[in-house]
Amino acid sequence: MNDQLKTVKSMSDYLNPEVRAIPPSGIRRFFDLANASKDKDIITLGVGEPDFVTPWHIRDACVYGLERGKTSYTANAGMIELREAIAGYLDERFQVQYDPGQEMIVTVGGSEAIDLALRALVAPGDEVLIPEPTYLPYSPLSSLSGGVAVPIETRAEHSFKLQAEDLLAKITPRSKVLILCYPSNPTGGIMTYEELLPIARLVEEHDLIVISDEIYAELSYEGRHVSFASLPNMKDRTLLVSGFAKAFAMTGWRMGYVCGHRDLISAMLKIHQYTVMCAPIMGQIAALEALKNGIEEMEKMVESYNRRRRLVVEGFRQIGLPCHEPQGAFYAFPDISGTGLSSEQFAHRLLQEAKVAVVPGHVFGIGGEGFIRCSYATSVNQLQEAIERIGSFISGLA
Amino acid sequence: MDQFKNHILELLREDSRRTPALIATMLGSEEEKVRQAIQELEDEHVLVKYSAVVNWDKVDDGNKVTALIEVQITPERGRGFDAIAERIYLYPEVKTVYLMSGGYDLLVEVEGKSLMEVAGFVSNKLSPIESVLSTKTHFILKKYKQDGVIFEDHEDDHRLVISP
Repeated sequence: MNDQLKTVKSMSDYLNPEVRAIPPSGIRRFFDLANASKDKDIITLGVGEPDFVTPWHIRDACVYGLERGKTSYTANAGMIELREAIAGYLDERFQVQYDPGQEMIVTVGGSEAIDLALRALVAPGDEVLIPEPTYLPYSPLSSLSGGVAVPIETRAEHSFKLQAEDLLAKITPRSKVLILCYPSNPTGGIMTYEELLPIARLVEEHDLIVISDEIYAELSYEGRHVSFASLPNMKDRTLLVSGFAKAFAMTGWRMGYVCGHRDLISAMLKIHQYTVMCAPIMGQIAALEALKNGIEEMEKMVESYNRRRRLVVEGFRQIGLPCHEPQGAFYAFPDISGTGLSSEQFAHRLLQEAKVAVVPGHVFGIGGEGFIRCSYATSVNQLQEAIERIGSFISGLA
Repeated sequence: MDQFKNHILELLREDSRRTPALIATMLGSEEEKVRQAIQELEDEHVLVKYSAVVNWDKVDDGNKVTALIEVQITPERGRGFDAIAERIYLYPEVKTVYLMSGGYDLLVEVEGKSLMEVAGFVSNKLSPIESVLSTKTHFILKKYKQDGVIFEDHEDDHRLVISP
């Protein structure tokens, strides 16, 4: 019987078709290849996280919490002290006001917040508008709910900002959600208040909900980040997703949050309480310390990224790679199409021949082919060496 | 001092081998402006020296003994602590002299080849100075961190080579 079962059915036949349908991501193969390498000589510009360790006072607060036995569950939505601190922080830094009691959930990273938002909003057949190239999970998570991911290409000549006419062209009666990720991973593009206004108008006209992933908000180098929720009439239509990972160098803690209309938040809270119950208390204690006493050190880290940003953009231009000026996050997204290689070929050969790891742009969706994502969250000396190696790699191709 | 010069000082303090061109790129400025600012900082004796931080414990024959000496002194009429501080800091074996608040007046860092050599400096040169009332010598056993640099073996980057 068992044998018979094996011959007619493969294990993957047991899978939910929606899960099976998620294509194995192109990035996985390249990740595995690069991460498996033990070569100490590899310089990596492929990392999507800060090169700082979490500031000591934040780690220490967590240790102290553990010593005092703070190991319990917290309220499902997170410790109220932390939610109040987040509300104060968002108001002060980005002029958006949320009720910590009803309009906020502390999540396991920004990732959980995105998952919650898509699960709560998207029903089978709903269309999710996703400007690309962008962070990977939006599209597969939309599909998991039976939604249809609708990519919208953004381009280097617009500094990868979403253009209202491109958005309008993709809106249909099934359109329900627009996902914005600015400052952008992978392009470093940002959007100003004036550039967001026409987007907001379309959102209102076409009755869309926006999931605004603002995890890189603090890493904005030309003026303060504009939260989409701060635009006229957009607060109720926006689920603001953010977290502590990028600004406070806290990636491994998995501490994020989502804010929005209480009806949406309470629906998301149902999913949250059945899946994770609450975010780990250790991380919440650390996050609270970050908000209370970590702003000054965070601003120093941002200044440090800014200096390296200028270095890397100038470096790419000097070795002949066109590179739009990234104004946020810690990524540069140079154009390698002039080499004649696809971004995947380029990344593979660069890793093997020049021992520099970058992420090929095509994995971030349409519009990413012909580019590579280079994180400048690495030391100045390593950046200089990496640019030199990329330079000689390119001259070797000619 | 203007913000621009402050930024230059920060970058040089992190790594004094950085060139004016590199600093200019990192600050979004021009090489010539940085060069000129550095010149001014040197002329004003704000930038006084470009040196390396060395972990001498790792140098086999780098036998060095360092002591921190608390010195209590009687200030001189009219010249306060400055004159006596000068008499102390002019000795080449003295690496650092600070005027301190609290229980003593000067903190003097002295470097020598051996314990005996440092002890000899204290008893033969430092203590006999008229205004010196007392000294307390503390030998440094191990340096964990200096000038913001941790001496413990450099921790590798724990991050994955590639992450989304």
